[in-house]
Amino acid sequence: MSGAGVLEVLRPGALTTVQDLGRVGRAHLGVPRSGALDSPAHRLANRLVGNSPGAATLETTLTGCAVRPDRAVVAAVTGAPCPVRIDGRPAPWGAAVRVPGGAVLEVGAARAGVRSYLAVAGGVDVEPVLGSRSTDLLSGLGPAPLSEGARLPVGPAPGPVPWADAVASAAPGPPSDELVLPLVPGPREDWFAPTALRALARGVYRVSAESNRVGLRTEGPALERSVRGELPSEGMVAGAVQVPPGGEPIVFLADHPTTGGYPVVGVVPREALAAAAQAVPGLKVRFVPLRR
Amino acid sequence: MRVTRVLPMGRRALLLEVGGTERAQALHAELVRLRETGELPPVEEIVPAAATVLLDGLEDPGSLTEWLRDREFPDTAPAGAAAVVLPVRYDGPDLAGVAALWGVDEEEAVAIHTRTEFRVAFCGFAPGFGYLTGLPEELGVPRRTVPRTSVPPGSVGLAGAYTGVYPRTSPGGWQLIGRTDAVLWDVSREPAALLAPGARVRFEAVP
Repeated sequence: MSGAGVLEVLRPGALTTVQDLGRVGRAHLGVPRSGALDSPAHRLANRLVGNSPGAATLETTLTGCAVRPDRAVVAAVTGAPCPVRIDGRPAPWGAAVRVPGGAVLEVGAARAGVRSYLAVAGGVDVEPVLGSRSTDLLSGLGPAPLSEGARLPVGPAPGPVPWADAVASAAPGPPSDELVLPLVPGPREDWFAPTALRALARGVYRVSAESNRVGLRTEGPALERSVRGELPSEGMVAGAVQVPPGGEPIVFLADHPTTGGYPVVGVVPREALAAAAQAVPGLKVRFVPLRR
Repeated sequence: MRVTRVLPMGRRALLLEVGGTERAQALHAELVRLRETGELPPVEEIVPAAATVLLDGLEDPGSLTEWLRDREFPDTAPAGAAAVVLPVRYDGPDLAGVAALWGVDEEEAVAIHTRTEFRVAFCGFAPGFGYLTGLPEELGVPRRTVPRTSVPPGSVGLAGAYTGVYPRTSPGGWQLIGRTDAVLWDVSREPAALLAPGARVRFEAVP
């Protein structure tokens, strides 16, 4: 099962991209970090097939994807729970499976959550751009989203797959009835009315269908600003909750712009962003302000 | 100079306020130097902007706060390498409008732009898109009320007192005064950005 191979894309799904841990160290040039939105799920998929955490996986969106390896590969699907089929026969989700050469590996539609991760032993071996294989949808760096008929190179398998009966998962799984987002007060909290953080905590917000890899958009009560006017552009981080003039908060995800001019009312800690990546449109969002 | 305010940005980042673009450029240059000499703890990103510098990916931002607050930083950035010279055909669709806003004719508008020494204050909007300072504030121009849906690569634009050059085709609301053939962004080049923060830039009129 060693040696490089190819995955042929039979069904790209709504949006399937190649993702790894992203591009680090170039934000000052305007290069977003990018990388898998549900990083724990990406890491788990890699671990199940014996890859290092930085190997590239496929990140699907709601509707899964289907690929055909040209030779036998070990694969694993994690993240949003979904049916997994090999040549039409059910295969386990969240476990390493052997896919014969020429067989169709189907990642089905998500039963919960948004994004599933498909890892193959050896990793998706597209040419790295600026140190990463990630597709960055904001700036167009990295490989294009999957299209029907595309052929993705697979690297040589890293060695024997660590067969395990069960792997303790660090991934919390998709949020079911509400998305709880802890919020550290942000650098521009003073640009909002003194009651804004409380209003944010009490308000009922829902995940907007406009959400994408750049940000989780929410719909709910607008936050009242106390300082009008424009904030000079400043550096942004993943998890930053930006409030545009409309007042509805946006939580920045991996493909966020590196600088921005809307005030940041708070920052969602990194550990909570995987859940944000799995929040389906319409889901209730609750912001829980923390102490700085 | 001192850092005026050290603002936590989540649990892994600090936003440093210095109250001006030149000071932010100077602080950025010094922080990059301190990282190279090992005096700054490991940090993933050092991101300059209009009046701040962001340190992101810090293990323990809290322990750094006092050190940053107490330290004396240089007031100005070092001169650095020779200026990047960008040849520009000043035939942009908004040149006449910009000249009118400046109260000069087109020829004088070009002269003003070509005799200005620019510096890349920071990047954003797109990889390799630099915000160049150098024009005096009173020559600031508004963005177009309706942004263009497609601006060709190499377009030289103005917004506020900033000058920028579009690295690739994208929508854009800046006032376009000309176009350069220089390649602003090339991922196969190191560094990929022709105009990185701190770089000095001059524009040269070509027919």
